[in-house]
Amino acid sequence: MAKHFQTLRHDVWLPYKFAVGPTFHRFYEGLKEEKILANQCPKCGRILVPARTFCPTCYVDMGDWREVAQEGEVVSWSLAHDEFFGMPVDPPFIGALIRLDGTDCNFLHLIGGLDLSNQDTVRGKIRQGARVKAVWSDEKTGHLLDIKYFQPV
Amino acid sequence: MGRAVGIIGTGQTRHGSRFDVTYPDLVREAVQAVFEDAGITPDDIDGVVSGTMPSMMEGVALTHFYFADAMRSVGKPILKTETCGSTGVSLALTGYYWVASGMADMVLVVGSEKMHEGDSQATMTTVAEPFYQRFFISGAPGVFSMQSQMWMARYGIPEDKLRDAAAKVSVDHHRDALDNPYAHIKKAVTMDEVKNAKVITYPCRLWDICPNSDGACAVIFACEQKARKICQKPAWIKGIGYRGDEYWFGDSDKVVWQGAIEAAKEAYGMAGITNPRKELDVAEVYNPFTFQELLYYENFGFCDFAQACDYTLKGTFARGGELPCDPSGGTLCTNPIGATGLIRVAEAAMQVTGKAGDHQIEGAGLALAHAMGGVDQFNGIMILGSQL
Repeated sequence: MAKHFQTLRHDVWLPYKFAVGPTFHRFYEGLKEEKILANQCPKCGRILVPARTFCPTCYVDMGDWREVAQEGEVVSWSLAHDEFFGMPVDPPFIGALIRLDGTDCNFLHLIGGLDLSNQDTVRGKIRQGARVKAVWSDEKTGHLLDIKYFQPV
Repeated sequence: MGRAVGIIGTGQTRHGSRFDVTYPDLVREAVQAVFEDAGITPDDIDGVVSGTMPSMMEGVALTHFYFADAMRSVGKPILKTETCGSTGVSLALTGYYWVASGMADMVLVVGSEKMHEGDSQATMTTVAEPFYQRFFISGAPGVFSMQSQMWMARYGIPEDKLRDAAAKVSVDHHRDALDNPYAHIKKAVTMDEVKNAKVITYPCRLWDICPNSDGACAVIFACEQKARKICQKPAWIKGIGYRGDEYWFGDSDKVVWQGAIEAAKEAYGMAGITNPRKELDVAEVYNPFTFQELLYYENFGFCDFAQACDYTLKGTFARGGELPCDPSGGTLCTNPIGATGLIRVAEAAMQVTGKAGDHQIEGAGLALAHAMGGVDQFNGIMILGSQL
């Protein structure tokens, strides 16, 4: 076993101010009103959520804004049992890709509102194709977590 | 196509927990080893390429400054490349481009990581912005568990079969690592241990997931003329491929994964490979998670889609099989992130030059090295051969 000398504890704490820009601003304003906003690419026609400034595929400015369904299908999910830095909720929690009805990409969010302590029980309820619906936080601050989580319907 | 390029030396540190040395001293171990292997001196080097995981991991932002003396890069041109998990292959490609272009004859490439000093999963969350994606990236396991579940659901792979195949990958590689003097995790595991281990993020259990490792790797790339003059048996670069995906994780398919498919196709085209399972002798596939290695077999055309479990359970990709994958134990047993992809390249070079020691695949003449980075975003491949 190699010798371990002392270690030096040193934390780097750096403040950042990220400009959210007009697109995320409008998306967040929608969340405050319990609306999930998407917009459509005028070229490929895809409806993307969250709304984007430009279509990542066509590289043109996105067009029409619209409110999309608050329900959709689970595309994939992972049940985290361990704590990960910077996560918004304590474990256990489910991170998931959800295809909201009428949209053309997968929306990344949490699945909750069910007992997550037993993975076998969870797997009985959450699977690819399972229907889920947004549950809103009581207090809304214009943040992604204004949607508390998506709950199985 | 540029000039022909060969690898004339590789060097690795002992990987694992390396609190015994400072970070530059760790880098120096790999650099000293590569110069010893190549039989040249730092004076012979025209340029240096270095990289790590994103510097949030290192706690020191300007690593090519921090490592300048350890890499003997003082007074030389230097490039930095970092693409998270694929950093090492990105580094190798950068070195290759530099020599192939004719702008340098010999380039030293160094990848390193000291994962025990920082917080790798916290760093993983910072690869995404804090407006949207950062909140939901529960470290690497969260992302890759989602990918493996999409794969299972797509093809309706029975859970028992998948668990058996993933467990076989884990058992095989943990046994392989026992024959690799540089490997970090050296512990034989049984099928039962793997299948019943603690779940980290379902379906990934403890032995399905790579460790945090400290380690460094260095490789020297040389033009054909210098390589032939200096080295009795260079490993020749036969093909390269690299693809990046879009930023938005939910926008594209990661099961039939175009980035991985196209990167492989590009490298195969350059190397003249039409049937990779038959033509390649060994592959060092990036496998931080057992499930991901299986998924790569399909995307790299080692087998058809939905077939990886069957081939794996038959032993096709184990040592002694038709196409042995990760005989070093792979990323599953050793993952100093910034070095990991370069270790794949070094291992592939060692295989085609007969220098892989106890984990040598007998007579290997053509080898594939691969690494993936970001939130399933980057795939890089380098194919090495014993003949130019």
